[in-house]
Amino acid sequence: MKFTTTLAAAAALALGLGGAAVAQVKAGFVYVGPVGDLGWTYQHDQGRLAVEEAFGDKVETTYVESVPEGADAARVMTQMALGGADIIFATSFGYMDQVQEVAAKFPNVKFEHATGYKRNTDNVSTYSARFYEGRYVIGTIAGRMTETNKIGYIASFPIPEVVRGINSAYLAAKRVNPDVEFKIVWVYTWFDPGKEADAANALIEQGVDVIMQHTDSPAAMTIAEEKGIYAFGQASDMKEFGPNARLTSIIDDWNPYYIQRVQAVMDGTWTSTDTWDGIGAGMVGIGEFSDKIPADVQAEAQGIVDAIAAGTLHPFTGPINKQDGSVWLADGEVADDGTLAGLNFYVEGIDSELPQ
Amino acid sequence: MDFSSLSLVALTVSLIGAATPILLAAIGELVVEKSGVLNLGVEGMMIIGAIAGFAISVETGSVWTGMLAAMAAGAVLALIFGFLTQVLLSNQVATGLALTLFGLGLAALLGQNYTGMKPPPSPRLDIPVLSDLPVVGPLLFGHDFMIYFSLLIVFAVWYFLNRTRAGLVLRAVGENHDAAHSLGYNVVAIRMAAIAFGGALAGLGGAYLSLIRVPQWTEGMTAGAGWIALAIVVFASWKPGRVILGAYLFGGVTILQLNLQALGISISPAFLSMTPYLVTIIVLVIMSADRRRASLNAPASLGRIFHASH
Repeated sequence: MKFTTTLAAAAALALGLGGAAVAQVKAGFVYVGPVGDLGWTYQHDQGRLAVEEAFGDKVETTYVESVPEGADAARVMTQMALGGADIIFATSFGYMDQVQEVAAKFPNVKFEHATGYKRNTDNVSTYSARFYEGRYVIGTIAGRMTETNKIGYIASFPIPEVVRGINSAYLAAKRVNPDVEFKIVWVYTWFDPGKEADAANALIEQGVDVIMQHTDSPAAMTIAEEKGIYAFGQASDMKEFGPNARLTSIIDDWNPYYIQRVQAVMDGTWTSTDTWDGIGAGMVGIGEFSDKIPADVQAEAQGIVDAIAAGTLHPFTGPINKQDGSVWLADGEVADDGTLAGLNFYVEGIDSELPQ
Repeated sequence: MDFSSLSLVALTVSLIGAATPILLAAIGELVVEKSGVLNLGVEGMMIIGAIAGFAISVETGSVWTGMLAAMAAGAVLALIFGFLTQVLLSNQVATGLALTLFGLGLAALLGQNYTGMKPPPSPRLDIPVLSDLPVVGPLLFGHDFMIYFSLLIVFAVWYFLNRTRAGLVLRAVGENHDAAHSLGYNVVAIRMAAIAFGGALAGLGGAYLSLIRVPQWTEGMTAGAGWIALAIVVFASWKPGRVILGAYLFGGVTILQLNLQALGISISPAFLSMTPYLVTIIVLVIMSADRRRASLNAPASLGRIFHASH
C-alpha cells in the first residue's frame, strides 16, 4: 500500500499533479447494458464514437458493456486504470460508490460518473442531463393524447433520477388534463426486454393508452405498437420499433460533453465539475413529433420546449405540494438543484406509494 | 382495494407467455442432465436461438422456418459443447460457462443488422366458436401455437424417459455411465444426442422470446432466462411434469407482481420483484432438506467425465 502511494505520488509529481497535457488520451467507458440496447447505453456509445471521430489518432477508447452495478464495476474500472486509461466514464447511477473507491486509488486518472452526486476526490466529476425537462414535454403530450385518462409508467429503480421524471411528467399531464391518472410499475431492472414487455402488457390490461418508460430497451414500444396504443422513445429515438405508437422521444446527447471532457484531459485543463445540462444546452433532445399529435398540441409542446430552453419555464415551479399534502414549493417558487438531485417523494395527486 | 379490473384470464394468458421460453429451455436441459451432462450454456444457446430465429424469420418471412433455424442454431452451439466435453473431455462447468459468453457475443455480432426490424406475425390457434367462448376460449384456445407445442414436448419427454426403452438407456447412461458402457451402449453418442436436443429446445425458447413474447431483437435480450431454466430443472427434481409447475410458478409470480403494481396495490415492489427468486430458493431449500430424496432424483453421473479406457 505504502509502495503504491509513493508510486502514485511520484507519478503525480512527474505529471505536474495531473495538470499536464496528454498527447494521446486513453478513454475508458463502462456501460450498464449492451451497446446494442438502442436506448441508454447505445447513446453513451454514440458519444464514445463521437470522441473517436473528433480526435482520430489522438485518442484511444475502450469499453466494457453489461457491467452489473456494484462490486463488479470496481474490478472493471481498476482494470481500465491499470491499463493506462486517462479518463474513465462510468455511465450508470449504481456505479457511484465504486467510482469513489477506484478514484481514490488512482489519483491521476480522471473519473466521470453519469447521474451521480458524489465527488469524494478531486479526480471525480459528475454529469447528468435534466431529463425531467424532456419528461415535462412528453407529459404534456401524454395528457393531451390519452383518451382513457390513464397513463402507464414503467419505472426502473426508485432513485431520484427516476422519481424526478415521474413527478415532472405527472405535473405536466395534470396541468393539461386534470382527470389524468398515473399507473406506475417498478421492474427493478434497467434492461430486461421480456420483463419490460410484460410490464407494458400489465399496464395496458389496466386500461392505459399511453406508456412512458424509464428502462433501456425498446420492448415497451414494440408492445405499444402491437396493441395500438401510444408510447415515447426513451434515451434514443426508437422510431423503427413503433412507427405508429411513437409520439416523440427524449434523446440523450452525450457527444458534445464527452468531446469537451476528453479535450480537457488532452489540454491538461480538466478539473472536477458537476454538470447538469438540459434542453437548452442540447444534452436533452426532443425527437420529431409524430403526425398523430394534432397541430395545436404540437405547437403547445414546442412552446414548452422553447420556454424550457430559454429558461423561462421550469417544470418544478410552485405551487406544488408533496404527496402527503404538505407544501413543497410556494406559489412561484422554483425547486433548487440540491432538492431535485435528491428528490425522494411524489408530488400531490400521484395515487401510488413510492418504494423506499 | 379493487381487484375487479384484474382479469384472471388475461393474467393467465400473459403468465403462460412469460413461462414458455423458460419451460422450453428447462425441459431440454432436463434431458441433457438425465443423460449425465451438466450444460451451463443454456443462456448462450437461448440467445443464439433468439437471433437465429429472428434473422431467418425476417429473411424468409416465415416464423416456422425461423423456429427451425433457431433449433438448428441452438443444437449446433450445443454440439460444440458436446465435442469439447465428450470427445476432448474438458470440464463441463467451465465449458458451459464459456458457451454462454460465446453465445452472447456471437448473437450480438450476428444481430447487428437486425435491430429495429419487425418479425412476421406468428400464427395463433384460432378455432371458430371455441376460441370465442367466454373465459374458456382465451384460456384454452387463444394462445400462439408454441404454447401447445411446449406442453406437448414436455409430455413427449416424460413419455420418452419413462415409457420407452431408449429413454431407459438414456437414464442408465446418466446414472452410471460405466455400467451402460459395459453393457455395450455408446455413452458418448447418446450424450451427444441429448446435448443436441437440449440445445435445440433452448434455441427454440430463445426464438419464442424474440419472435412472440417481445417481437424484436435486442442484444442480451434473454437477460438471465437461461439461468432460471437451469434452476427450474433442479427445482423440478428432474421430473418433466414439475418443470411445467416450476416454469409457470416462476412466470406466474413475475406477471402477478407486475399486475398488482399496475393495479396500484401497495406492497413494496422491491419485495414483489424478488418473490419469484425467493420462491425458487425456498423450494430448493425444502427439496434439499431431504437429502435422500434429492440424491435419489439427481442423475448419479451428472457432470462426471466419462472416459472409455477399457
